[in-house]
This record gives sequence, structure tokens and C-alpha cells, in this order.
Amino acid sequence: MKKGVMRPGHVQIRVLDMGEAVKHYTDLLGLIETDRDDQGRVYLKAWSEVDKFSVVLREADEPGCDFMGFKVVDEAALNQLEKDLVDYGVEVEQVPAEELKDCGRRVRFTVPSGHAFELYADKKYTGKWGVSSVNPEAWPRGLQGMKAVRFDHVLFYGPELAAVYDIFVNVLGFYLAEQVLDPEGTRVAQFLTVSMKEHDVAFIHHEEKGKFHHASFFLDTWEAVLRSADLISMTDTSIDIGPTRHGLTHGQTIYFFDPSGNRNEVFCGGDYHYPDHKPITWKAEDLGKAIFYHDRVLNERFLTVLT
Amino acid sequence: MAEFQVFNRTTGDHFICQEGQSVLKAMEQLGMKCVPVGCRGGGCGFCKIRVLEGDFKCGKMSKVHAPPEAVEKGEVLACRIYPLTDLTIECVLLPEAALAKQTTTKTLR
Ligand code: FES
Ligand SMILES: [Fe+2]
Repeated sequence: MKKGVMRPGHVQIRVLDMGEAVKHYTDLLGLIETDRDDQGRVYLKAWSEVDKFSVVLREADEPGCDFMGFKVVDEAALNQLEKDLVDYGVEVEQVPAEELKDCGRRVRFTVPSGHAFELYADKKYTGKWGVSSVNPEAWPRGLQGMKAVRFDHVLFYGPELAAVYDIFVNVLGFYLAEQVLDPEGTRVAQFLTVSMKEHDVAFIHHEEKGKFHHASFFLDTWEAVLRSADLISMTDTSIDIGPTRHGLTHGQTIYFFDPSGNRNEVFCGGDYHYPDHKPITWKAEDLGKAIFYHDRVLNERFLTVLT
Repeated sequence: MAEFQVFNRTTGDHFICQEGQSVLKAMEQLGMKCVPVGCRGGGCGFCKIRVLEGDFKCGKMSKVHAPPEAVEKGEVLACRIYPLTDLTIECVLLPEAALAKQTTTKTLR
């Protein structure tokens, strides 16, 4: 049942070299730099997003993901969700307003898979980049590279998926859209949504806590995915796999790495989800096809290379 | 431009690496698979090798996979080292074993 969590709002990614990272996320992915702060973090957004930023890069000596934030509908919902988390036994941390520039207070918590999440209600509304909200043109001119449309979802690797499921579904009001079950019926992958999208966040079982698999950005068309593949070659960017289609969610996709080894995805299409939809199940025995629908074989690098 | 010979003692493979090129990239360009390839960005630790002989320059590497103590001992990430002389290397993770050894759930196989 919906509890007021609205959508993915931001992700903070650690990078080894800020200069190289900003070039990758702006020139290649087509995000727009919107600000920097005195910690040296760089704020970016995709053009169709209405708030000031969705990706924050932080220079560190180890790549990976610091946290993912979800925007909730309003302050009342934020208060209620915070209370629900505490009542459920989740430890929450208060991050004051403006710790991220132009973002309101955030409620941060870590789930048993070792990943940190945040909820917040306010962020500066700057409107879509390069188009008016009155009689808007179809798209803005001057976008770079892949022209990513929006930050879409994150896939995390870690243990204790059942406990993570309980928090996301029972406390935060997410729905299970798709899952992978092993022959004993244990869920080894869960794709969770608070929207009509097939996933807003996903988890795959892995022994080590807190690993980051990829941050994903939406594109409109398969043509745009192919064009992204061209750009990956033109820029000699490290490719992982694709262009191809997933079985899970049926999205059309390509995976590649940022200069610090964090995996990125751009994708289009994918199924939709309403609250009355029952979860789609893939069998772990058929995981090859579930992940890469065309190859139908497991790609070891995709399953094991993480930051 | 200078060229250097890289000898992988674990597998017995030799390959040429151009000046300014990473060891992993040189290997991949020749279609060889004697070091495991992951992110190619110094982030995942997949391409870890031990340099037994020779000099090289290092790019930025994740501290988790290449902590300073290990780098001292020549344990580095092949995607982030650039030879300055011929190199003799060995695999830290065996190429075939490397992938299987990672911790991803047995349940997913
Ligand atoms: S391939 Fe990932 S660290 Fe070298
Ligand atoms: Fe994805």
C-alpha cells in the first residue's frame, strides 16, 4: 500500500577522480551540472527532471554508492514514515536541511543488505532543463552525448533480501514487481516499485554487504540505446554488455562503466506495474534468459563485478 | 613510441604493451584473456596482478582493492598500471578461477 514515497530522487556516487567523472556524466551521459558544494561534491541532473539535482558525485579513494534518496509527497508523510521506520526497529539518522544544497531535511537509514537510503520531502524545484513549463518544446537543444532523460533506478547487491523486502514493502509501501526464486523458493532477486515503472530500486543476493551494481538512466527509444552504444565506442568507454534486452522487466539496455569502475546503464522500454499486478517470477535456473534475454547465458562479469 | 613486453608468469603468455597504455588494455586489444577483465577503471579489483619485475606508473585505484601496503609489494590493478620497462607479472586471482571465486551467490548459478 502506498505510504507517500513518490519516486527515486537522488543517488550519491563515489568516484576516484572528479574531473574524469564529471566529464563522463556530462559529456557522455548528457547530465547537466547544476551546482558544486564546499565539500567538493558535484550536483547533476537529467534534463526532464524537475528538481535541482538527482546525481551527486563525491571524490573518494574507493568507488561505490554512498546512498540513494527517495522523495516523499510532503512533510507529513515524511514524519509518518520516519515514525513507522523507528516503530519497525530501523535506526534512523537525521541529516539536516542544506547538507545537500537546496535539499530539505533527510531521514537516513541503512537496511540489512548494508545499503543506505534516505527519504526527503523538499528539494529546490528548478523545472525541466532547457524547456519552458508553458507551451514546452519537445526537447531542449544543447544536450550532450546520450541525452539521458532521467535518473531511473539503482540495483544493489547484498545479503538479507527478505529483511530488506519487509522494510521496503511493509514500511515504505513499495510493491514487488518481479523476483527471481531459487529451486527452494528463496528469493534471490527483488525488483521493487512505488510507481508504474517495473522497478525503482532492485536487489540481488550477494554475500558481501553494501555493494553497488549500477545506476540507471532512462532513454526514450531503442534508437537512442543504439546511439549510446556508438558513443561508448567513439569515446573508448569501458563497456560491460549490450545493446540487448532483459528478460526481467523486458527493458532494452546497455551497460558500461564510469572512469572509476562504477557501472551505469541506459535503457528504454520495460513493462509497467499497477498495484493490483501480482509479482512476475523468474526461475534462478533460467537466470541467463532472465538477465540477458537474447544471449540466454549468464555473463559472469555482469554478476560479479561490483563497486 | 616505446613498446614493452609483458610476461604473465602464471599463464606463460607474452604480450606487447605500448607506452601510455594500461597492461589490461594491451592484453584485451590482442584478444588475450590471461588476466580477468572487470570494470577497467580501478574500481572492482578483478584485474589484480602482482608485478614481479619491472617499473610502471600507477593511475588511481580503489583503496579497498589496492591498499598502499599491497601496492608496495607490487600488487596492483592491471587496468591502472602503465609500464615504463618490460614487466613480469603473475595473476593474484587465477584467470578462470577468478570469476568463480567471487562471492556472488551460488544460488544464482
Ligand atoms: S578491471 Fe576493475 S579494477 Fe581493473
Ligand atoms: Fe537496471
